[in-house]
Amino acid sequence: MNGKLQASNVCVDYLIARTGERFRALDDVCLQVYEGEFVSLLGPSGCGKTTFLHAIDGLVPITRGEICIDDRKITKPGRDRAMIFQSAALLPWRTVMGNVTYGMELQGIKNGTGQKRAADLIKLVGLEGFEHRFPNELSGGMQQRVNIARALATNPEILLLDEPFASLDAQTREFMQAELLRIWATTHKTAIFVTHNITEAIYLSDRVVVFSARPGRVKSIVAIDLPRPRPLKLKRQVEFLKYEEDIWNILEDEVAKTGMRTRDESSG
Amino acid sequence: MSPHLDLTARTVVQETAPQTGTLWTRFVHSVSARKKILINLSSILLFVLVWEYVGTSGLINPLFVSSPSAIAQSAVEWVKDGSLWNDLYVSGTEFVIGFVLAIAIGIPFGILLGWYRTFNYIFEPFVFALNATPRVALVPLLIIWFGIGIWSKVAIIFLGAFFPLVLNAYSGVRTMDDQLLRAARSFGANDWQVFRTITLPSSVPFVLAGLRVGLGHALVGIVIGELVAATAGIGYEMAIAGATFQTARLFVGILMITSAGVLLTWAIGYIEHRFDAWRPQRT
Repeated sequence: MNGKLQASNVCVDYLIARTGERFRALDDVCLQVYEGEFVSLLGPSGCGKTTFLHAIDGLVPITRGEICIDDRKITKPGRDRAMIFQSAALLPWRTVMGNVTYGMELQGIKNGTGQKRAADLIKLVGLEGFEHRFPNELSGGMQQRVNIARALATNPEILLLDEPFASLDAQTREFMQAELLRIWATTHKTAIFVTHNITEAIYLSDRVVVFSARPGRVKSIVAIDLPRPRPLKLKRQVEFLKYEEDIWNILEDEVAKTGMRTRDESSG
Repeated sequence: MSPHLDLTARTVVQETAPQTGTLWTRFVHSVSARKKILINLSSILLFVLVWEYVGTSGLINPLFVSSPSAIAQSAVEWVKDGSLWNDLYVSGTEFVIGFVLAIAIGIPFGILLGWYRTFNYIFEPFVFALNATPRVALVPLLIIWFGIGIWSKVAIIFLGAFFPLVLNAYSGVRTMDDQLLRAARSFGANDWQVFRTITLPSSVPFVLAGLRVGLGHALVGIVIGELVAATAGIGYEMAIAGATFQTARLFVGILMITSAGVLLTWAIGYIEHRFDAWRPQRT
C-alpha cells in the first residue's frame, strides 16, 4: 500500500556561494507517510529535517530523488499542503482576521466564504474575540495559533509544521502541544512535524522519524503505540519514559557526532 | 531632570486619568502631556522675551538679530504693500508643482528600481551619480534651460525631492522580510501577489521617511532657486532684503519657510500615524 506521501531517495545539495563548495544537507531520504497520520521528524540541529520539510512543501528544489503526494510528483508549493512556520511569519499590518484569510486570499478563495471559514478557525484555535488585534498585540503563543489557523484555512490535505513551538516558553509549549492534538483530532489532517524535542515528538506522533547528523539520513523510525486522546500527564508515565529513553539512545551518537565536529573545527 | 527612557510599548492606564472622553480631553488630562505642553510653551515664550530684550536694549546690534516686535511690524508692512500674497502664490505654486511631480514620478520609479533587476541595471548608475551631485551645482544649468520664471524653480525643487523619494522607495522594496516572503510562496503566491501583499505594505514606512527628507530638500530648493534668479517669491524677497540689510524682513521670510516646513512635517506625521495602527504605540 502506498502512503499519502512518498519520498524516495531524496538528496538535497546546497552550494556555498562564497567557497563554491557543495554541501549535502539530505542524503538518500526515503519515507512514507500515511493518510491521517501524525509523523515527527526528529534530529540534532542542522541535520536537514527542516530542509526536508521545505522540500515537501516545494520551497526547496530537490537535487536527486522525488517526493510524491498521491503518486503525483511535487515541484512547487500547492494547495494540498500548508506550512506552519517556526516564526509565526504573520503580516504585521494585518489583523488576526486579515492574517487567517491571507492564505485563502492568495489561492483565490472568495472573501465571503473566506471570512466565514476564518471565523470558524479562529474559534477552533481559541482566539475568539481577538479577530481585530494586530500580531504585535498578541503573545507568542497566540501568534502561533494564528499561524495554525492560517494554514488550516486553506484546507490542505497535509499540514507541515516547522518547529512551531520552538520559540515559546516551556509551559506555553506544553499547552500548545495539547491544543495542537485537539485541533488535529477535529480536522483529521495528515501532519508532518519537525522538532528537536524528544518529548514533544513522542507526545504528538504516531511515528517518530529519527534523522542522523549531517548529512541528514533516516536513521530509525519508532512507532509510538500510545492511546489517543493523550492527556499531558501521559508524559510522566512509564511507557512514555521508555520511549524517551529508547529514542535518546538512538540519538545520542548523532548528537555526539555534531558535538565532536564542532570541537575538531575549533581546535584545528 | 530625569532621562527620557520609556520601556513600555503600551500605555498603562492610570486610575486618576479620565477613562472616557475624546482623545483630546484624555490628552490634556494626562499628567505627562500637560507637563509637556507647559514646558514647550514656557521655553518658547522665554526665548522670544530674551530675544526681544537683546534686540531692543542694544546689547547686540539690531542689524544682526532684529527683534520679535520689529519682525512683526515688518510682516505687517509686507502684507500692506500687497506683494506678500503674490510672493506666497509664486513660491507656493513652484513648491506644489515640483513636489507633487517628484512624488508622482519618484515613488513609482524607486519601486520599479527595487522590483525589476534589469530596470535597476539600466538606471542605477544615473540615479547614484545624480544623487551624488550637489543639486546647487545644477542651478545655473537649470536656469539656462528653463529661464528665470517659475519653471527653473520647479525643476530645482523637483530634483531636490526626487532622489530621497526614489532611494527610500527603492530601499523599502529591497528590505523585505524573507520569512513573510517564504510564507507567501508557501501558499502559492505569484510575483504580483507578493508585490501587492508584502512588498508594497512593508515599503510604506520607507516611502514616508523619503517624503520627510524630500520635503526638506524641496523647501531648500525654493530658497536656493529664488536666491539665484527669480522675479518674485519668498526667497526672491529674502535675497533683496538681505542685500539691503532689512534684517527684520529677512526673518519674516525665514519664519514663513520654517512654518511651511513645520506644518507639512506635521501633515506627514499624521499620514504616518494613519498607516501605523499596527505598530506598538509609544507616547
